[in-house]
Amino acid sequence: MSLALQEIIETIKMVQMENLDIRTLTMGINLHSCVDSNFLAMKQKVYDKITRSAERLAQVASQLEKEYGIPIINKRVAVSPVSSLLSSSSVEEAQDLAIILDLAAKEIGIDFIGGFSALVHKGITNGDEVLLSSLPSVLSKTERVCSSVSVATTKAGINMDAVYRMGYIIKETAEKTALQGGLGCAKLVVFCNPPEDNPFMAGAFHGAGEAEKVIHVGISGPGVVLNALKKWPDSDLTKIADVIKKTVFKITRAGQLIGKEAANRLSIPFGIVDLSLAPTNAHGDSVAEILEEMGLERCGTHGTTAALALLNDSVKKGGLMAADLAGGLSGAFIPVSEDNGMIRAVQDGALTLTKLEAMTCICSVGLDMIAIPGDTPAETIAGIIADESAIGMINRKTTAVRIIPVPGKVKGEMVEFGGLLGRAPVMEINHFSSEKFIKRGGRIPAPIQAFTN
Amino acid sequence: MGNRVVVSVVGRDQIGIIARVTAILAQQQVNVLDISQTTMQELFTMIMVVDMEKCPVSLETLQEYLFVVEQEMGLKISLQHEDIFKVMHRL
Repeated sequence: MSLALQEIIETIKMVQMENLDIRTLTMGINLHSCVDSNFLAMKQKVYDKITRSAERLAQVASQLEKEYGIPIINKRVAVSPVSSLLSSSSVEEAQDLAIILDLAAKEIGIDFIGGFSALVHKGITNGDEVLLSSLPSVLSKTERVCSSVSVATTKAGINMDAVYRMGYIIKETAEKTALQGGLGCAKLVVFCNPPEDNPFMAGAFHGAGEAEKVIHVGISGPGVVLNALKKWPDSDLTKIADVIKKTVFKITRAGQLIGKEAANRLSIPFGIVDLSLAPTNAHGDSVAEILEEMGLERCGTHGTTAALALLNDSVKKGGLMAADLAGGLSGAFIPVSEDNGMIRAVQDGALTLTKLEAMTCICSVGLDMIAIPGDTPAETIAGIIADESAIGMINRKTTAVRIIPVPGKVKGEMVEFGGLLGRAPVMEINHFSSEKFIKRGGRIPAPIQAFTN
Repeated sequence: MGNRVVVSVVGRDQIGIIARVTAILAQQQVNVLDISQTTMQELFTMIMVVDMEKCPVSLETLQEYLFVVEQEMGLKISLQHEDIFKVMHRL
């Protein structure tokens, strides 16, 4: 089979001009074999298992980048939810274990290690309790450790005691990392219906249903989709949906090739392709700009939710055909701080927190990388988490909250996180109190949709 | 993985681009199977499909040898395994 010149040029343009990249190669590692009643022994086993398993991850990724000419932006490790290792540990020991994870990540040269996580949607175990108590200090003392907490599922309902608790944990984490604009909160996600095979941070963890080790790949490429749409300025939306499908097919194929080849070389089974359009602060690599290219003056105006629905569905359709096994979050990410179009839309007053919440009914994650005023009460943050969880629970989808109450900053100010986390304008929140509702605690029961047995 | 690699060269048009690039390929026993030129956004663009079967060095090392020409002539030369093009565009 000979290659057509046009196809070669198209691929080269995608990489060199339109920011096509493989966003992340993530190795999932099961840590349950490390459990030991002797904490020091457990710590050593965890460090050894991670560094041994992922020893060649960064090296293989860099080889593949060179051989295929497509950049792999992040190399990551996701481990079993750490709370399951902490059932007889103290809060200090939990912090110690997080520091070991951080050291292991540095040793193998990866960007982030995910899985300092707890699943508390139905109830809180001793290990969960210890992990939650350690979170603010862990997120302020470690560099690469990411955490996620599941507070709700469609099957279990919403654990409102955990939601309330997360409001305080987020506040405390922000205060402990005040010098960096509350950066600790950027490494913490609160989930409803978390997928167990998600390669994207901060929410990645190695789920209980997964194999001993596995390689997942997260694709990207908003820039490529944006440029494809630019070639069809006057087409109707049926055509637009088709163009997105075909473009995402190509992006997914590239991702799958690299993921499978990485798995091959590391002798680890290949897991899933996460079909995601994940924006970056690079010029033109924006999901908001795709929505604007469809004809919206600014992302956030009327029609935005519909445009996002078209985009997300087309991404899934194109990607599913191209991938052997898809999973994770799969869809379009709409983080504010990591997307130049979103940042501009907030600054121009087109995009508000309420509109973002509506958009999360459609997108693949939820309220992501949103800066709010530092004096926002913990109960209000809990209220935001409860709303987002309810959207996920009722609609049987994943939703999440990654929100940063930036210490000392007020509406309209900018906060800089640097790197892939970007920069965000502080958004306005609703000033009426949610305190009494949140303080009631208890559980919101699983909805009628849960009873499908 | 097979041995076929796509070499793409992009840069300002000037005398000797093809000569310099193919000389290095020849030195390393790399066989040119196909070669074509076009202009992409007003730039000289050359795309070659080459066979590295007899090449004694790795793709990475070959890229380093070509880096010298890249620097001297102000070009961007990429080597990419052909599989990436195949999987992206063909069912």
